[in-house]
Amino acid sequence: MPYTLYDKIWNEHIVHQQDDETALLYVDRHLIHEVTSPQAFEGLRLSKRKVRRPDLTLAVADHNVPTINRSKGIKDKDSKIQVETLEKNCQEFGVRIFNLQDKRQGIVHIIGPEQGFTQPGTVIVCGDSHTATHGAFGSLAFGIGTSEVEHVLATQTLIQKKSKNFRVKVVGKLLLGVTAKDVILQTIGIIGTAGGTGMVIEYAGPVIESLSVEQRMTICNMSIEAGARAGLIAPDEKTIQYLKNKPMSPKNENWEKAIENWSRLKSDPGAKFDQELEIDGKDIGPMVTWGTSPQDVVSINGFVPDPEKERDEDKKASMNRSLSYMGLKPNTKMIDIKVDKIFIGSCTNGRIGDLREAAKIIKGRKVAQHVGAMVVPGSGLVKQQAEQEGIDKVFKEAGFEWREPGCSMCLAMNADKLKPEERCASTSNRNFEGRQGRGGRTHLLSPAMAAAAAIEGHLTDVRKFCN
Amino acid sequence: MKKFNILKGIPANLPMINVDTDMIIPKQFLKTIKRTGLGESLFFEMRYDNSGKKIDKFILNNEPYNNSSILLTGKNFGCGSSREHAPWALLDFGIKCIISSSFADIFYNNCFKNGMLPIILSEKKIEELIQYSERKESIEINLEEQRISFGNKIINFEIDPFKKKCLLNGLDDIALSLEKSEKISFYENETKKNKPWLN
Repeated sequence: MPYTLYDKIWNEHIVHQQDDETALLYVDRHLIHEVTSPQAFEGLRLSKRKVRRPDLTLAVADHNVPTINRSKGIKDKDSKIQVETLEKNCQEFGVRIFNLQDKRQGIVHIIGPEQGFTQPGTVIVCGDSHTATHGAFGSLAFGIGTSEVEHVLATQTLIQKKSKNFRVKVVGKLLLGVTAKDVILQTIGIIGTAGGTGMVIEYAGPVIESLSVEQRMTICNMSIEAGARAGLIAPDEKTIQYLKNKPMSPKNENWEKAIENWSRLKSDPGAKFDQELEIDGKDIGPMVTWGTSPQDVVSINGFVPDPEKERDEDKKASMNRSLSYMGLKPNTKMIDIKVDKIFIGSCTNGRIGDLREAAKIIKGRKVAQHVGAMVVPGSGLVKQQAEQEGIDKVFKEAGFEWREPGCSMCLAMNADKLKPEERCASTSNRNFEGRQGRGGRTHLLSPAMAAAAAIEGHLTDVRKFCN
Repeated sequence: MKKFNILKGIPANLPMINVDTDMIIPKQFLKTIKRTGLGESLFFEMRYDNSGKKIDKFILNNEPYNNSSILLTGKNFGCGSSREHAPWALLDFGIKCIISSSFADIFYNNCFKNGMLPIILSEKKIEELIQYSERKESIEINLEEQRISFGNKIINFEIDPFKKKCLLNGLDDIALSLEKSEKISFYENETKKNKPWLN
């Protein structure tokens, strides 16, 4: 029987099949961070349980960490307690942690791949919905709640019900100025924020194959914004080259065995998908969001939609609410929307390739006078690499702030946040109300589009800057 | 975990679709290292104005809905982040049952881990409950019988049998999984042989 990639990984991880369609699934890699783990460790302590496989667990603080003056420690009292609690818990339970002074510290979904902790064919979980990022390696990676974090710590397994298979094929070629971020925004725009609920999306087709591993991570990362349990891309030669010689990648004889195994990780011809969608690359333009849900997308040449044209009453009400929150009038040209802030970073777009893409646009230009712009590299290693390439200088000379790594203004748990009614062009993943600060207004877009908006001071078509 | 069997309460109607976990509990409240105390901050931005005063028109700020234990709401409830703080905040406020036509995956699972019951019903049936909720009268949810009773009407609902069992008995699923330790060890030994690079 032909199997999908998801079926194969699922089947290989069943520890025990229960009678009621659920299975006890083995977890190969567990990432933890400071926000969703303290209550899980507390639960272990109360029930006198241990971490079953500390060697398969990796911890880092990212959500709450300051991105400036780090040597002075964390000012916010609650954030400080949370980060220190993570350090204490890791020490007590014997879990590896990259602390704030470690150059390997960074966003949990960036450091996993960077270290080779993320590997094809594995089940990877983390108490964070953007765990789907790791699916770019052909691993089944998904976000879990704190109770499940505790379950994994104690048993190295999870009770799961199998999801359905959804394949999104992106065929043809991407046009100039169109990136992985635009592909995923377009996909979410088509299927909606609940379009993938109960499913695992496998992304396939020539466009996906043509993308770098980093760009594939951007795609898988936002699978959750389409409601999917996980996103997956079959590993190929690019995946193998990416992982070769990473600190935690298999070595020597094991490396040979691993790549032999990874080569089998693809959906069989004729495998059955419960749902399929095909998108032609040439139909995707540079995208931007207008509302407060990631499905509220439009091409940069488009307009703010008009709720009066919406027939569904629920949707109309939700559009009106969004537009009022966003301070936008129907039928406004997207390129006429002025921005106050630019945020380049996050687990969606905080990798070296993203910074290079933005820097290409920025080079030799200046950030518009009324705009505050910042770059937050996804990890200490991304930052170091960028500095070696002189990318930090390109940004700084243009007027960007160059920060220390962390989640930062993607969710604004630290000091980096929008003020009420401030409008931000952001490379992050969510434009929910209040996401980047109470009353803050978010437009999601690619790093190149964010760079172009920084220069012009309003949303703009990046293709102007592409030669 | 507390058992869930019969719940009586006045349902509150929050007529919005795609309510995300940032709306349920904004990030500034995620800095806690406890599970409790989040109820005050539930739906913070919709519930309080900039000066911290309760907004009158928000349903949960008004009698008798400020004591509601059942929430009726639009589709795709709980989308976005995996934060279990979202069900913790609802529970701490007193809401033990949420009724919607669909839920986001992670949120749905998180509810069960906290003794809460998310119920999926058709929009038509929810509409009946919404109308009834305007009477400000209690309805009864019986998990064992998979039945919602209101006035002289009854609506039945579906639920996964394993999840039902866990809720009815207040089972700790970590303890259940630990009973399978031998199987887990067996799996680990096989992996050591077949995929030595993973250890």
